[in-house]
Amino acid sequence: MTAEVRVTDRAEPQAGARPATAAITTTGLTKRFPGGQVAVDAVDLDVPRGSVYGFLGPNGSGKTTTIRMLLGLVGATAGTHELLGVQMPRGGLDVLPRVGALVEGPAFHPYLGGRDNLLRLDSGDRTAPGRESRQRVDLALERVGLSAAARKRYRKYSLGMRQRLGLAAALLRPRDLLVLDEPTNGLDPQGTREVRNLLREASTEGATVFVSSHLLSEIEQVCTHVGVMSHGRLVFQGSLPELRAAAGLRVRIETTRPEAASEVLRRLGTGKPELRPNGVVAELGTVPSDQVTAELVAHGVDVRQLVVERPDLEELFVGLTGEGFDVDE
Amino acid sequence: MSTSDALIGGRSAGPDAPAVRRHGLDLRLFRSELRLVLRRRRNLALIAVLCCFPVLIGVAVRASAPANGDGPPFLSQVTSNGLFLVFTALTVLLPFFLPLAVSVASGEAVAGEANIGTLRSLLVVPVSRTRLLGVKYAGSVVFSFVCAASVAVVGLVVGLLLFPHGDVTLLSGTTISYADALWRALLVLGYVTAMLAGLCAIGLFVSTLTEVPIGAMAATAVLAIVSEIADSIPQINAVHPYLFSHPWMSFGELLRSPIGWHGLQTGLLTQLVYVAIFLPAAWARLQSKDITS
Repeated sequence: MTAEVRVTDRAEPQAGARPATAAITTTGLTKRFPGGQVAVDAVDLDVPRGSVYGFLGPNGSGKTTTIRMLLGLVGATAGTHELLGVQMPRGGLDVLPRVGALVEGPAFHPYLGGRDNLLRLDSGDRTAPGRESRQRVDLALERVGLSAAARKRYRKYSLGMRQRLGLAAALLRPRDLLVLDEPTNGLDPQGTREVRNLLREASTEGATVFVSSHLLSEIEQVCTHVGVMSHGRLVFQGSLPELRAAAGLRVRIETTRPEAASEVLRRLGTGKPELRPNGVVAELGTVPSDQVTAELVAHGVDVRQLVVERPDLEELFVGLTGEGFDVDE
Repeated sequence: MSTSDALIGGRSAGPDAPAVRRHGLDLRLFRSELRLVLRRRRNLALIAVLCCFPVLIGVAVRASAPANGDGPPFLSQVTSNGLFLVFTALTVLLPFFLPLAVSVASGEAVAGEANIGTLRSLLVVPVSRTRLLGVKYAGSVVFSFVCAASVAVVGLVVGLLLFPHGDVTLLSGTTISYADALWRALLVLGYVTAMLAGLCAIGLFVSTLTEVPIGAMAATAVLAIVSEIADSIPQINAVHPYLFSHPWMSFGELLRSPIGWHGLQTGLLTQLVYVAIFLPAAWARLQSKDITS
């Protein structure tokens, strides 16, 4: 009897019937390519409505394959997923008009202009009134600052312009969800900032933004949540404060005698001290910081400065995903 | 990037408001596909090359009239009536150049979009894979028609300019008015397009197998040539009726009185069978394909 109740509880609500709190959910999402390579391994994403979700991971960690599965381009080997509460890939035709997407960089017809390329994509949308297609396209072009280059052939576009056109395609209509794969790829710092502003705007207007990047620093300022991929697995998921909390406090000491200071720290039982040019850094662990100060002074180590800090997210990110140039098969 | 209008990028009508899909004929995407195919420079160049042939033949025949029975079918009739230039040109082009042009368009159809990555953009719009295939097939068939029609129109005009254009004596010896003969020419055009529709389906199927459009084009053209070579080897005449290129030239039946409907029906049926095999095959292939380009 209990089991039956549980089954009913878990039964999938009909598409769109439930005021879903999650914009994207995946359960055990897995992709094994014919060669046997597991690109995505049992990923459970939970992207809250209204969040700006940074989907992070080094190149080749499975981000793009995950995004392709989310959008129904690639079939999952195992697992299920929903977009805006709608089962995918079955409900794709119903839900995708509400999803703006940029997958693995912009892709357009090289010999068509920016506007013609957008008109081409717009013509495929059966949920959009055809009469207003020019308006939609011009508005989207204006939004990404491409109005002046609307007639220019795509092949003459710079990388930055191409990326913007890709964003314009995602912004052709009001969206409830934006799925953007590396939208800042190839952009200069100015362009990167503009993309961040666009993401902020879309978020302010109520859209959930799911944005992937291999550079945490590029999207850190706009994200409310992050998921970190490594080797096809989701190794961290949570809000930005949660990510920060996942990193322990550490102490940074500036001194003329780093060796002596590091000896003191070792005896106190902190994490392994790392020597720096004019001082030493160590994870605090459970050691109170005032005890560190007292011990250093007691051992006659001059302390020019002592700072208790959290490592920045970039370091944490590298810690989660590993460092180096190895390509993971 | 201006922050002007807050209409786009934000939330649509309301939370969980389902998008309303229009049903029925999908002319917007089809029109877009036609623009894409018919404005493409390479395709226009192909049409231009095709159009050179009726001019070339017309001028050559005008310069030195062929003896009766010389050259390709209908050639000797051109001097008596310019309309035959249309049929001569189609006869000359049907074995190779027309199938080549059709192979280029149909081989490009899916593989071309996959190659530059626009396939994924279209699918997330979303365009359903079935709809995409339908539009691509229709686009290829229309391109085949445009190719054949361009040749016919140029042939007609050159014929009018260089040769007499009175009543037309059909292959069966009967004479009909020029206007009636024009209707026959239109039927010939329809038949030739139908003959290429089978090849379009084959090309579309090949196009779903690869992300290299040039490979799909070449493979399709090779298949057409293989079919024609097989059709020319008398030792295997048992398989001839099953080759898709076998009934291509039967359009001459339309220039008899009465019209040889039987041969035409067989031709149309052959193409229908090929379409009925290769379109579903292309559909099955595209439906199950992982779009990783």
